[in-house]
Amino acid sequence: MVPVPYRVTGRRTELPDTATLALEPIEAGLAGPRPGQFHMLWAFGVGEVPISVSHLQSDRPGTHHHTVRAVGATTRALCALAEGDTLGVRGPFGHGWDLDAARGGDVVVVAGGLGLAPLRPVVEAITAARDSFGRVAVLVGARSPDDLLFADVLAEWRGRFDLDVEITVDHARGGWHGDVGVVTSLVPRIPIDVAAAAAFVCGPEIMMRFAGNALRDAGVAPERIQVSLERNMVCAVAHCGHCQLGPTLVCRDGPVYTLDAVGPLLSVRSL
Amino acid sequence: MSAPVPIRDLLAGHPFFADLPAADLDLVAGCGRNVHFAAGQEVFAEGGDADAFFVIRHGRVALSVHSPPGGELTIATLGDGEVLGWSWLFPPHRWQFDARAVAGTSAVALDGACLRGKCEADTALGYRLMARFARLIQQRLQATRLQLLDLYGRDGPERSVAG
Repeated sequence: MVPVPYRVTGRRTELPDTATLALEPIEAGLAGPRPGQFHMLWAFGVGEVPISVSHLQSDRPGTHHHTVRAVGATTRALCALAEGDTLGVRGPFGHGWDLDAARGGDVVVVAGGLGLAPLRPVVEAITAARDSFGRVAVLVGARSPDDLLFADVLAEWRGRFDLDVEITVDHARGGWHGDVGVVTSLVPRIPIDVAAAAAFVCGPEIMMRFAGNALRDAGVAPERIQVSLERNMVCAVAHCGHCQLGPTLVCRDGPVYTLDAVGPLLSVRSL
Repeated sequence: MSAPVPIRDLLAGHPFFADLPAADLDLVAGCGRNVHFAAGQEVFAEGGDADAFFVIRHGRVALSVHSPPGGELTIATLGDGEVLGWSWLFPPHRWQFDARAVAGTSAVALDGACLRGKCEADTALGYRLMARFARLIQQRLQATRLQLLDLYGRDGPERSVAG
């Protein structure tokens, strides 16, 4: 429960309001996170927020990256950290993406906006064990071409012959030669073996609901569609109840769920 | 050189016409012709006669609207297995937007006046075709509503953190 001091060993501005921090423990580090798990990052004197792992640096075990969008006091303070600054870290918490459930079949990754951050380690894990998976499609949606997260990483993925990467934006002016439309519109276009396909979905909750519907319409079984939920996590160890979603606590039972388990809850207004 | 694939067979293999009775396909195919657009080529222009719609086989087309001064806003892109254009259905049969191929695009163009005539003569065919267009319009309307929500915008319901 006590934050462990970490140092910022790298900082990269992704978008005007979004930065990725590379974190290394100053002394003994925490257990290594799995893709989809999150840490509580504590900006000293400001506050603590849950942030998923957005990259696991294979050449420096113990270093993990977190991508933060500045929307409030704590996230603004985190985004303002510079290389060499320190912060407190707790975790890793929660259930991450179940990659084993996808082995042997086709995979669809659907990311909207910042939802690409928790999904980046999924794609990296798949490419690291590429032979264990069938056809892999990565569908990415963003507000505009200027709002695309990890543009260089996407370019690298698009250069691979073993990934189908489709990118679409909601709005574009002249000069953009890619797709325009909501990310769900890409789902019917991808040639996958739906009978054995698994899907990983992350983005705004509305987008995940509609992406889930599109994947189900395409024939992917709800129990093979994983989504990552965002809730107000405070203690992160299932004591405070701030992240309760019906019968489940997102910090303990999530943030990754299968759609059949959590889908009905997403449509309940009081939750 | 292999023989060209008959229009009817091209339509039969397209998702928009899935499960359409064979007799209907024969009638619809009679209004079709193969077309190809090079990347950058105009498919139709806003205000022009909407005298056809396009069953896209391969390629990509951008629907856009001119936004002075000198700007062009892309509204949507359509690709393999999709259908472009429904202005042929509704008077005054004018295109509402510009369409331009952004990649080499092969399609079947179906003549609007020809199809309207066949639909009026055979209302069962007309119903089945209109049901498909209603579904298409419903899907595009739903996608447009999602775009209008500005899901990823600063004031929208975008995830505040990657948690």
